Amino acid sequence: MKSDFQDRFLRNKLALAGAIVVAILFAVSFLAPWLAPHDPHEIDLKNVLAPPSWQHPLGTDPLGRDVLSRMIWGSRISLKVGFVATGISIVIGAILGALAGYYGRWVDAVIMRFVDIMLCFPSFFLILAVIAILEPSIWNIMVIIGLTSWMGVTRLVRADFISLKERDFVQAARVIGASDGRIIFRHILPNTMASILVAATLGVAGAILTESALSFLGIGVQPPTPSWGNILTAGKDNIDIAWWLSLFPGLAILITVMGYNLLGEGIRDALDPRLRD
Amino acid sequence: MLGYIAKRLIFMIPLLIGITVVCFAVIHLAPGSPTDLQTDLNPRASADAKARLKTLYNLDKPLYVQYWLWIKKLAVFDLGESFSSDHRPVVDKIVERLPITILINVLSMILIIAVAVPIGVMSAVKQNSFFDRATGIFVFIGFAVPTFWLALLLMVFFGIHLGWLPISGLRSLNYEYLPPWTAFLDQVKHLILPVLLSAFGGLAGFSRYMRANMLEVIRQDYITTARAKGLSERIVIYKHALRNALLPVITILGLSVPGLIGGSVIFETIFAIPGMGQLFYMSVMSRDYPVIMGILFIGSLLTLLGNLIADTSYALADPRIRVEG
Repeated sequence: MKSDFQDRFLRNKLALAGAIVVAILFAVSFLAPWLAPHDPHEIDLKNVLAPPSWQHPLGTDPLGRDVLSRMIWGSRISLKVGFVATGISIVIGAILGALAGYYGRWVDAVIMRFVDIMLCFPSFFLILAVIAILEPSIWNIMVIIGLTSWMGVTRLVRADFISLKERDFVQAARVIGASDGRIIFRHILPNTMASILVAATLGVAGAILTESALSFLGIGVQPPTPSWGNILTAGKDNIDIAWWLSLFPGLAILITVMGYNLLGEGIRDALDPRLRD
Repeated sequence: MLGYIAKRLIFMIPLLIGITVVCFAVIHLAPGSPTDLQTDLNPRASADAKARLKTLYNLDKPLYVQYWLWIKKLAVFDLGESFSSDHRPVVDKIVERLPITILINVLSMILIIAVAVPIGVMSAVKQNSFFDRATGIFVFIGFAVPTFWLALLLMVFFGIHLGWLPISGLRSLNYEYLPPWTAFLDQVKHLILPVLLSAFGGLAGFSRYMRANMLEVIRQDYITTARAKGLSERIVIYKHALRNALLPVITILGLSVPGLIGGSVIFETIFAIPGMGQLFYMSVMSRDYPVIMGILFIGSLLTLLGNLIADTSYALADPRIRVEG
């Protein structure tokens, strides 16, 4: 089984490309202090909005800060937001989905009705409303994105639980007297890890997109902390004179999100080739 | 048919109650509320704002009384007064901006259908052809493009570099002096980029979805039957297959409403369009809580409405539901 998975995954060139992109992103954010050619906060008013050059490969921003260095440090934000937000949504989604799928009846009805209610809100509105009330800090953003994106996971896990709970191994566990908690978390949940893993990988991509949009609007990660989204804000303000401020951070977001998407779909295809469309 | 619609409406009542509960919970995150322990440490909320929040939401009364009073106001669409200097009723502020937001969203939906359906059908019918692969790549990139970034790029290219399209607002400065036809064209030009971008996000997902549906449908027995009867391939695809493949798309269209409405914040802000999204953004920036809560509520109502329309059209399109009710 394991080697089957590896085999299929390694043969899928696109999935491999996605894995490499994600690996590079990890490396860049861990090695940021060594990779960045300049201090991302170093203001150089003599070099404001300088186009790409040898000294500043991706140009400088309106305060003369090096865009490449800010982007390298900004990758840490993307990584953090992607993982913490997705972690929150996976935990909530897995628990609610497990309860709904395992217990069925009114538990299921209540939880799924709650999912329907949450899906009625344009999630961007909900996120903005909560941020307006709290503080737009990176922690709040991660938590809020997580709290508004668990519904899909809940549905996935619930569907898995419904089909798994009648299987023989669950019946067997019940016969030897395992408690509900033990059956849910030790017997069934590990079998849903495949769908959870895929949902998580795709979720990271979504969270990164949301964070960048929030930061772009000035309601996300606050300057001077560099994030790809807030570099783009400066890009919008100087759109007619400094194209490099708009082009490069956007490309970074695009490639990162594509990497996670490819990785996620690659994992799905490798786990279960029948799911491929 | 009417029975079916009535059923859907009844089904929406618990959703509506749930929406009000979630909105109510969000209000209670606000400074000055009983659940907020940091009131005095929160410098952003002035004493004045806190006092006004208190009267607006009756924060000094027990929780269930607060909720009841708030619901009673909601029922007659009394969303309070804006905190901004004009002190206008929130409902008025939203209603005057709603038409343009709805117009842009409806136009982008039409664009999505007009483009994604043919793409999906073509790639399904010619599965694994060059066209199928090319659109596959486009879809993949489309999923990952931050649309606000694409907006910037298109603004630079069409607005600044080529100078073809205006990049902000709904009308040119000389709009008042233009003859009717030119004035209409002027509005159309202002809408092209916002509609295109607002549709972009949905395009990728939709064409992929349409393709998957179509692939499934053309493998069904009734399609084989139609072919066996000797019907031309065109009739088989466009009359027999397409109709059935389109059905689930209606539901997905309904589900895409919240995404489109949410996206309006981004596009209306970038293109300076005076719609509900821009109002929401400005209210968030100035912490105009009554307007924020009002738009949050109206936005979810619009989603419910979108779902109702989708359900109704589904019933109209599918005789199985139409007849059985």
